[in-house]
Amino acid sequence: MDLFEYQARDLLASHGVPVLPGGVAETPEEAEAIAREIGQTVVVKAQVKVGGRGKAGGVKLAENAEEARARAQDILGLDIKGHITHKVMVAQASDIAEEYYFSYLLDRSNRTFLAMASKEGGMDIEQLAVERPEALARIPVDASKGVDEAKAAEIVDAAGFPADVRDQVIAIAVQLWEVFIQEDATLVEINPLAKAPDGTVLALDAKVTLDENASFRQAEHAALEDAAAADPLEARAKEKDLNYVKLDGEVGIIGNGAGLVMSTLDVVAYAGEEFGGVKPANFLDIGGGASAEVMANGLEIILSDPAVKSVFVNVFGGITACDAVANGIVSALGILGDEATKPLVVRLDGNNVEEGRRILAEANHPLVTVVDTMDGAARRAAELAA
Amino acid sequence: MSIFLNENSKVIVQGMTGSEGSKHTQRMLASGTAIVGGVNPRKAGTSVDFDGASVPVFGGVADAMKETGADVSVIFVPPPFAKGAVIEAVDAGIGLAVVITEGIPVHDSTYFWAHAQGSSTRIIGPNCPGLISPGRSNAGIIPANITKQGKIGLVSKSGTLTYQMMYELRDIGFSTAIGIGGDPVIGTTHIDALQAFQDDPETEAIVMIGEIGGDAEERAADFVKANVTKPVVGYVAGFTAPEGKTMGHAGAIVSGSAGTAQAKQEALEAAGVRVGKTPSETARLMREIVGA
Repeated sequence: MDLFEYQARDLLASHGVPVLPGGVAETPEEAEAIAREIGQTVVVKAQVKVGGRGKAGGVKLAENAEEARARAQDILGLDIKGHITHKVMVAQASDIAEEYYFSYLLDRSNRTFLAMASKEGGMDIEQLAVERPEALARIPVDASKGVDEAKAAEIVDAAGFPADVRDQVIAIAVQLWEVFIQEDATLVEINPLAKAPDGTVLALDAKVTLDENASFRQAEHAALEDAAAADPLEARAKEKDLNYVKLDGEVGIIGNGAGLVMSTLDVVAYAGEEFGGVKPANFLDIGGGASAEVMANGLEIILSDPAVKSVFVNVFGGITACDAVANGIVSALGILGDEATKPLVVRLDGNNVEEGRRILAEANHPLVTVVDTMDGAARRAAELAA
Repeated sequence: MSIFLNENSKVIVQGMTGSEGSKHTQRMLASGTAIVGGVNPRKAGTSVDFDGASVPVFGGVADAMKETGADVSVIFVPPPFAKGAVIEAVDAGIGLAVVITEGIPVHDSTYFWAHAQGSSTRIIGPNCPGLISPGRSNAGIIPANITKQGKIGLVSKSGTLTYQMMYELRDIGFSTAIGIGGDPVIGTTHIDALQAFQDDPETEAIVMIGEIGGDAEERAADFVKANVTKPVVGYVAGFTAPEGKTMGHAGAIVSGSAGTAQAKQEALEAAGVRVGKTPSETARLMREIVGA
């Protein structure tokens, strides 16, 4: 889960990382009140989870509270690369003497954590990494050892931070590691980490990504979720513990196992090319044990998507054999009754496949077509949605 | 031969007394796996009956290994306790730890992987179906009745695509099929399995299944080019996955231009791996190679 800047800032501040005073506003009035409390020049920043908001007009200075209100008025509602701005952050503005960069992240390729630091911050770090890789220090962090003051000093010195800020940056590096570990983050990034004219080092902007697998021990992270942005079908699916992602096509997809469902989306998209560009409408993995109830919940979500014109149920009977899956489909259609209105193409393979197909044939449901192969079934589902 | 698991493997189950653990212990036993014990500190000294087979419960992995000579542990322990369970298995010196548990925080898996460096333990998973050497042994949740012993080696990030591919090629059979898991950090990689299949005289050809996210497939492609002389066919899932959305597996996410299926397919083809567009086309490519 990616956080908004203001959420990242609050999280960093709660672990002692120095930040400037500020707050988040959903209306121009709230922005004005925050600016009044700060009592000096503020910066009003669009809260969107996408880069390049400055260029898009989403970051403005305001010299007083009235101006902050006007700038918030301009920015709220702004469309930045398809992300509508619903909130602004109002923070005390700071003059900047120097800009640096500091982050910790999960390095998948090397199965370790990585610290990245540079005394040349402010710019897009991916660009810096390509254009001047020597300016970006990359120091692996052993997950079983972590970052203490000595490790932090190693990182800071590798990046060549100026002597006058060295101790401050080391302290921040240790605090930021605390954020990374204690919050189960996969990315914590400060860009820019800035030196103010008085020599103080502060985090002026931050990005944080949290690991959703850790929710069992990070109860307070649930409140950071952006409920407003979630697709309503995705939100309903989540309530029912279904692994569902809304896509923009016409063929509803249900399958078991993440890999098989991804593969199903691909096969449907290939087949759809023959039928005017029909595409999959969603990703839905009902997992290994495809019970009737889970199947019914999944079908209910998919059938309530108005974009869906046909449904492809693609199940490999492994641990749950095909006869159980077939019974699940039949009872799911029974549970749904008149709500089931769109044609279903079912492909079953694997354990007890003959019995599974026999059960579906016997039920003889008018909406259900059974096709023996995955490729053939995808073709039929695409044809029905065209 | 097979890789990582054979008829002499003695398997213990951490989390055997839980619902998933006991269901799959039953299945592993039924497929002929030598399950020699379970681990649960609160139930040490008892035993569990699985259709007439009595399996003793030990207080710890070290005890279980000492008493039974176990060399493989299959771990079903729930996410909050999985890190501790893997560390215990590593510290006891088990040869192979197969971590089935789904939903382990990546900080925990990164930690136990770091902890296992320099130890004698190979970790498979987490969030994986385990591995099967058909007709010999089955450590995990892969259905044992899909196929038989044979000459194909299979390594895959996905469980159900593993089953699908085993089913498509069930008449030819497999030396070993391994599901390495779809998490961002995993113990055994495509490369580790490719190396082992290359060295295994029984394996004649290899199927490699990947999916979006990370760069494991690209690295595996480089490895194939430099080190694998046996024929390899590949399949990659997730061509139509949108950027920034996690597709079921925690590791299956395209970030910007990184981790796309297209890039993985191109890397594999550049390494001489024939890549199927669908699972069934991939199976056909394998049939052409093994002449069946």
